This record gives sequence, structure tokens and C-alpha cells, in this order.
Amino acid sequence: MPVVMDADRMSRSLARIAHEILERNRGVDRLALVGIRSRGVPLAARLARELQALTGTTVPTGALDITLYRDDLMRHAVGPQPVIRRTEIPFSIDDRVILLVDDVLYTGRTIRAALDALIDFGRPRAIQLIALVDRGHRELPIRADYVGRNIPTSQQQSVQVRLVEIDGRDEVEVEG
Amino acid sequence: MTILLKAARLVDPVAGRNGVFDVLILDGLVRRVGTDLAAAGARVVRLPDACVVAPGFIDMHVHLREPGQEYKETIASGTAAAAAGGFTAVACMPNTDPVNDTASVTEFILKRAAEAGSVRVYPIGAVSVGSKGEHLTEVADLRAAGCVALSDDGRPVATALLMRRAVEYASMFGMPVIDHCEDPSLKGDGVAHEGAVAGLLGLKGIPGPAESIMVERDIAVAEMTGGSVHVAHMSARQSLRAVRAGKERGVRVTAEVTPHHFTLTEAALAERGGFDTNTKMNPPLREEADRAAMTEGLRDGSIDAIATDHAPHHADEKALEFDHAPFGIVGLETAVPICLDRLVHAGIIGLPRLVELLSANPARILGVPGGTIAEGAPADLTILAPDRTVTVQASAFRSKSRNTPFDGWTLKGAVAATVVGGRVAYVNGAALDPAGLWA
Amino acid sequence: MSTATTLRSRHLLGIAGLEPDEIDLILDTALAMKEIATRPIKKVPTLRGRTIMNLFFEASTRTRMSFELAEKRLSADTLGMTTSGSSMSKGETLADTARTLEAMAPDMIVMRHGASGAPHQLARICRASIINAGDGMHEHPTQALLDAFTIREHKGRLGGLRVAIVGDLAHSRVLRSNARLLTRMGASVVACGPATLVPPGLEALGVRVTTSMDAAVDGADVVMMLRVQHERMHGLYFPSVREYFTLYGLTPARLARAASDAIVMHPGPMNRGVEIDSAVADGPWSVILDQVANGVAVRMAVLYLLAGGDERADASAA
Repeated sequence: MPVVMDADRMSRSLARIAHEILERNRGVDRLALVGIRSRGVPLAARLARELQALTGTTVPTGALDITLYRDDLMRHAVGPQPVIRRTEIPFSIDDRVILLVDDVLYTGRTIRAALDALIDFGRPRAIQLIALVDRGHRELPIRADYVGRNIPTSQQQSVQVRLVEIDGRDEVEVEG
Repeated sequence: MTILLKAARLVDPVAGRNGVFDVLILDGLVRRVGTDLAAAGARVVRLPDACVVAPGFIDMHVHLREPGQEYKETIASGTAAAAAGGFTAVACMPNTDPVNDTASVTEFILKRAAEAGSVRVYPIGAVSVGSKGEHLTEVADLRAAGCVALSDDGRPVATALLMRRAVEYASMFGMPVIDHCEDPSLKGDGVAHEGAVAGLLGLKGIPGPAESIMVERDIAVAEMTGGSVHVAHMSARQSLRAVRAGKERGVRVTAEVTPHHFTLTEAALAERGGFDTNTKMNPPLREEADRAAMTEGLRDGSIDAIATDHAPHHADEKALEFDHAPFGIVGLETAVPICLDRLVHAGIIGLPRLVELLSANPARILGVPGGTIAEGAPADLTILAPDRTVTVQASAFRSKSRNTPFDGWTLKGAVAATVVGGRVAYVNGAALDPAGLWA
Repeated sequence: MSTATTLRSRHLLGIAGLEPDEIDLILDTALAMKEIATRPIKKVPTLRGRTIMNLFFEASTRTRMSFELAEKRLSADTLGMTTSGSSMSKGETLADTARTLEAMAPDMIVMRHGASGAPHQLARICRASIINAGDGMHEHPTQALLDAFTIREHKGRLGGLRVAIVGDLAHSRVLRSNARLLTRMGASVVACGPATLVPPGLEALGVRVTTSMDAAVDGADVVMMLRVQHERMHGLYFPSVREYFTLYGLTPARLARAASDAIVMHPGPMNRGVEIDSAVADGPWSVILDQVANGVAVRMAVLYLLAGGDERADASAA
């Protein structure tokens, strides 16, 4: 199974994204990071560290569980309920630029759910989307503002992102 | 009509017979019992070898619900159920509507039985007017009309004084007083046996001593008066202890037990999700120690009779919440298979003892004919197929009601045919070819 | 975190039907649900379009409101039906009421009823998921779950804790559900009340029974007080409220015998001066109001977990 991004490549992508964030938003003022569970959360933390190193400022960081907002939750006739984990956004999102962080951008439905969830938390000035991998096949009109790597895939394939914080190693694999 | 039963296996402990005999029946009466009998013009009937012929079974505790609650059961349907259950006679309790506390109600019951009944009906009259526990009924009148015993069943005989007077008075007519033994204050609004199962299911309990306290009272009254007392539907081991002790002292006390009380326990209330109202009856299903005691009492002679307390209820009534559903289950059509399977095949008692419990003793206690196949007596016979397996099918019951916890049970032992006064009241086509009997 | 990802039955009729991993799943999910109450918009769209009927045959303010709030926070459509007394007093049987509701096709029915076993009856008739909000003296599963959640919140665990449950044991569904849940999760439970109010069967659950309040509270990590109804005096269970309080009331002095960091719980509503002294009810050991807050989160978790999937086997109805 081909590894399409190794640890080194991932690290450089995140560094580059951090620079892009600063460039586009002209600094860290009023920025906040919200990682989408599960793997968006460590990625958001890493970006916070990058931004800290570049600017000396701590960007507020939160974690969002979008399970309760999914559009496919109650439509399965059979099947276990996805396990919910805590959402922790310990700051007001009003009037901030929220940087949503996810590992893989695919159909866009997860992001749609995340947008619905964020709106219930307040009224951000703007929401920008960071995806480590964009694998295409959007089903909703959603696009990422910052992408680590574009990896074209077929729908039979799956993209696995592994992170040291959760899986013990950093790599992105395409299976199938 | 003359019928000659050739080489039938007879079990008749009163007559001292347990073996192969011929029985000659003429115009509904037993003419002769012997060996190598012959009779000109007789229809000769040879039963299958596995069949056993016993004196007709008598269920001495049945609720026929007519008059007043015909939607649950009628004398016609109840006696049809009795015949299908192998009973040639039933004694019916007076808690009808109106209560059978006057000759006119007794006469009505007997008239209906004559018109539509399949088996003999012996009415039991109320002890007190309306069974309210205040005034004695006109016992002599009831006796003359045809009542064989007295009871306020459904309720206990209200006070010791009333029990005393009833036993004294009834003894003049040779009638036993049958008591539904229960102390109302201990019973309270209980709906199940007071034990671990009801405790965890959150159901109010009825402790065993609620029954035995009254049993002890009644034994004391019998002892004091010299009269006879019969304990209805005994269920608690404490009651059995008291009855045994009373008998040892020579008190004229007898007792009956239902098939469900020697077969099931409180565990049944927790099965299949729990709260099945077909496990709700009064007295309730008790602990294993009580069930085992009842079985032992049947074996050692402390218990005199098996009676079903057949209590039909409409499905809508049993579909209520456990607390609100009425007490009781039907029993006529499951009694004999349960007795054969759980007592005889289980090795606890033999067939002769079973016949005592279901025929000889009920006849003796109630003072009615039967209990033995006697020359000159009506030919009331219960023909059993003891080795035949049956599966209980409530939907096929002849009773109007289906409230039984035994639906679907597979039991070894069946009724083959029921003969009342020489007439075939019921034949089980699966066990016996009807053509092999007589019309 | 729990190893289970789903509940095995489509009903919640009692703790009796739940395995430890399912209990963990409900508590873990409740933790996530609790956070929603801290948001500006206390609502998620998860049960949007689902219909939930609340059938309360027994008067109840806090449980009913707690369920309604849980349902609304999950965006479900909720209908309430309250009747006092049993359905029989209206002339309609429970079975008929159930069939009538079934015809309106609710997704879930939350029922509180005065007769033990009533929700089991409903589960046999209705296709909807049934949640038992209290049946007679039998079970009150969501109460036991929110009690467990509260204990875990303050103590970090359930296993190995010493829990004393004191009061009218015989008539308490809260006791029965809590005794089942706590013993199943490894806590040691001692139940205490006057001898006249001790039901049979508790020992079978692994619960120690005592009529001595001091013995029960001694060293306890959790003291749970049950409501005692004044009406019980008419059943000759105890002679007077004064004597009851003397023997079984939770006072600061009695509480001093418990562990130094013991917590005090009560399912409510409280009878101050009967089973619990106001000083204790309002004191720092009391987590009674936490129980109420947690009730909404736990009920949200139960509704969420039961709402998905309708083909699961009815483990508890089997």
C-alpha cells in the first residue's frame, strides 16, 4: 500500500500551511483553531505550535465532535451509533476567524456538519478550512482554503492518515 | 345399550383392583367387573394396550362462571373442558353473580348442567349470604337443592365464629366446609408470593403464613367442633405442616392442591421478560421449598386431593397490568397431562395413588357417588393414555378462556376418553380411534 | 471508554437488561452530552424529525421535565400525556392506550406508570422504543444511570466504592435499579431501613442489608437517601415521622461516620426533616442538584443511543 506522504513531507506541509495562514490573515489577530475529531485535533495542536513558533502568540485551540450533526446518523436501518466524544471549545468564537482543521477532505459532509455545529456556538467573523489531504469527490459545494497535498483517488480507495499522537507514526497511505 | 370392555387395564384402589379386567356396562350402569365376561348382544370394545381405565375423575374445585360471567365461561363450555380434561364430574364454586347462596341459584345451575353440560355438576353453596361473611346461608335448603359442600371461595370464611357455626351447622348434613384460607390483613393488596422474585420485580407480596394462619384456625375449629374442614388450593409448606399435625391428632381436616402449585414456582413470574399475568393466581406460585412440600404431601398422603381451581378469565382482563389483572388460570384441560408427567412418570407416585387423588378422595370428601368402578353404579370412567405425549395448545381449548401458563408445554400423558354414565363425553382422536369405542 | 458501541436492546426497561459495557457506553455518551448545556445554543439537530411521546401516568415534575428537556435539546418533536391514576380510572386499558399511540407511529415512548411491569407490557405491543421512566416499585433505570454518572463525576469511578442506600427500601424502584447497577459495576452496596420496609431478594443481588443506620453509613463513600412517604405510616410500617427521623434521618452527626469526602445523594423530591436534615441537604457534601443537571445529559445519551437502528433484538423482552 503506497505511502503518499511520509513524516517529513507532512511536517513541511504543516509548516507551509502555517505561513499561508499568516499571509492570508495578515497575522494571528482574532484567529482560533478548531480541530475536528479525531485526527483533526492533533493536527490543530501542531499548527498552533507552528504559529506559536512563528509569532510568539498562542492561538486558542479547541476540539469539535461533529457526530451529533452528521446527516447520515439516523438513516441507517441497522448499525451501531457512532460513539460521541466531548466537544471542547473553551473560548468564544464570536467575531473570530475560525480555522477548521481536518485530516482528509472527501465528500464535504463532515465539514458541512462542522459548520452547523460552529454556528450553534456563536457567530464567527469567518471560517477557513485546513485539510491535510484533499482526495476529491466532493458531494457538496465545499472547498479547502489550505491543503497539505492534493491526492486524486478513486471512490473504491481509502486514504488513511496516521499521526504520532494517535497511531504512533506519521504517514498518509492510500489503500485499495 | 350393552358394552363389554374386554381386557382393560383397570386401576381402582378403592375396589382393590390394579390389573386386567373386563367391565360390562348396561344402560349406563356398571353391571359387572370381572374376568372372562361375556354378554350376548354386547358391543365388545378392546382398548389399546397402553390405555388405562380409572374411575371417573372428579375436579372438586372449579369456577364455571355461570350465572353472571358467561363471557369468561359457561356451564356448557366449562363442562366440555372438563370432559376434554378427563373429568366425569366437577364441583363448582359459588362465587358466581349472583352468588350461589340460595336454592334458586343452585337449581339454575343444575338445570343448565342438565341441559347443556357434558359431565356431572355438583354445586358448592356459599357459607354466608353473598359470601359477605355476616349471615349463614340456608344450608338445609341448599342441601336439598343439591349442594354438596359449603364455601365462600374467593374469600376466606370471614371470622372464626362464622367458621365454627358453619362447620357445626353443616355437619348436621354431612357437608364439609371448604375454606379459601387467607388472612386478609397479611394478604393486603399483595399480588404475588412474598419472596425474592416479587421483591426484585417490585410486586407486593403475600407471605405463606397468610395462608397457614387461616389453615391453623380452621383446624382448631374442626377440632373444637368435631366437624370436617377442607383446605382449598393449599400452597404453603407451613399449611402442609399444620394439616399433617392436625391429621395426626385425628382432626377431620382434608386438603387439596392444584397442579400448578406442585409444578411451578415464583420463578415463573420472571420468565420471558417477566410480569406474565398467566402466572398470577391466588394463592400465588411460591418458593421451590413450597412446591417440593406439596409434592411430598401428595406422596405421603398428607394431601388428599388434586383439584384445579379452574378460573377462566377473558383475555382482555388478563391483558391488564400485573397489579390489576384478575387472579387465576384455567386448569381442566392441562391437569391430567401434568399429573401424569410430573407425578407418575417422575416416579413420585404411582397410578393407584393418582386415582385416589383425582377420584376416590374427592368423591369421599364431597360425599358424592364415584371414586370407584362399582357394580350397580353409573359407568363414569376416565380412560388414560399414560404414555402418549401431548403439546398443550391453548388455542384449541374447549374452555372459553385461554389463561394458562402451560401453553406450548410438551407433557407425557394424555386423556384418551371420558365416559359419563356410559356415554362417551369426550374422545381424544389422537390417542384412540373413536370408531373403536361406542356412540 | 466503553468497548460497546451500541445498546443491545431497542428498549430501556430496566437496569436488569444492561451489561456493564452498555452502562459504560451510556455514561461516556452522557459526558459528551453534558457539554451541550454549556453552549449558547443548547441544541443539536440529532433527533430532528423524531417523535417522542412522554406518557406519565404518575405525577412527576422533575423526571418529566428532565426528559422533555433532553428530547428538545436533541431537536426531537415531543408530546406529553399526563394522567393521574391508572388508565383504568379513565376506562381505557393500558393496552388500548398503547395501541392508540402506536397508530400515531411514535419513534420512542417514555413512560412512567404506577404498576410494576407496565413498560414490559407496552414493549410487547408497540414498535416504538420504550424507555421506562419508573414502573411501580420495580425499576427507574435513568435515575440509577444519572446517579452512577454523578458518583463517577465526583469519585472518578464506581468499582470499589462503598454505597449506602437508606430509606423505604420495600417500595423503592430507585433502590432496585441502583442496587442492580452499582453491584454490577463493582461497588459494594449496603441497604438500610426499618425491618418493616426491607423487601426480600436484595441479598440475591449481592447487597448487604442492615436495620442500623450507623452501621450502614460507617465509612461510606456515597450516602443515598430515599424518600419516605408519610402515607406509609398508615400501613403500619413505622409509628411516626419523629421516630423515623431519629432512627434513619441523615443528620450531620450521622454523616460524620461516613468517609471524610463522602457525597450525599437523593433522587428527590426531598422530605426535609423526615429522611434528611436540611443542614445536610444544603451542605457541601450534597450533590443533589448535580444529579438533576446530570439527569438531562444522561437522558439525552439514552435517547440518542436508542434512537438509531430499529432491527436490534429485544434482549430485555426475550
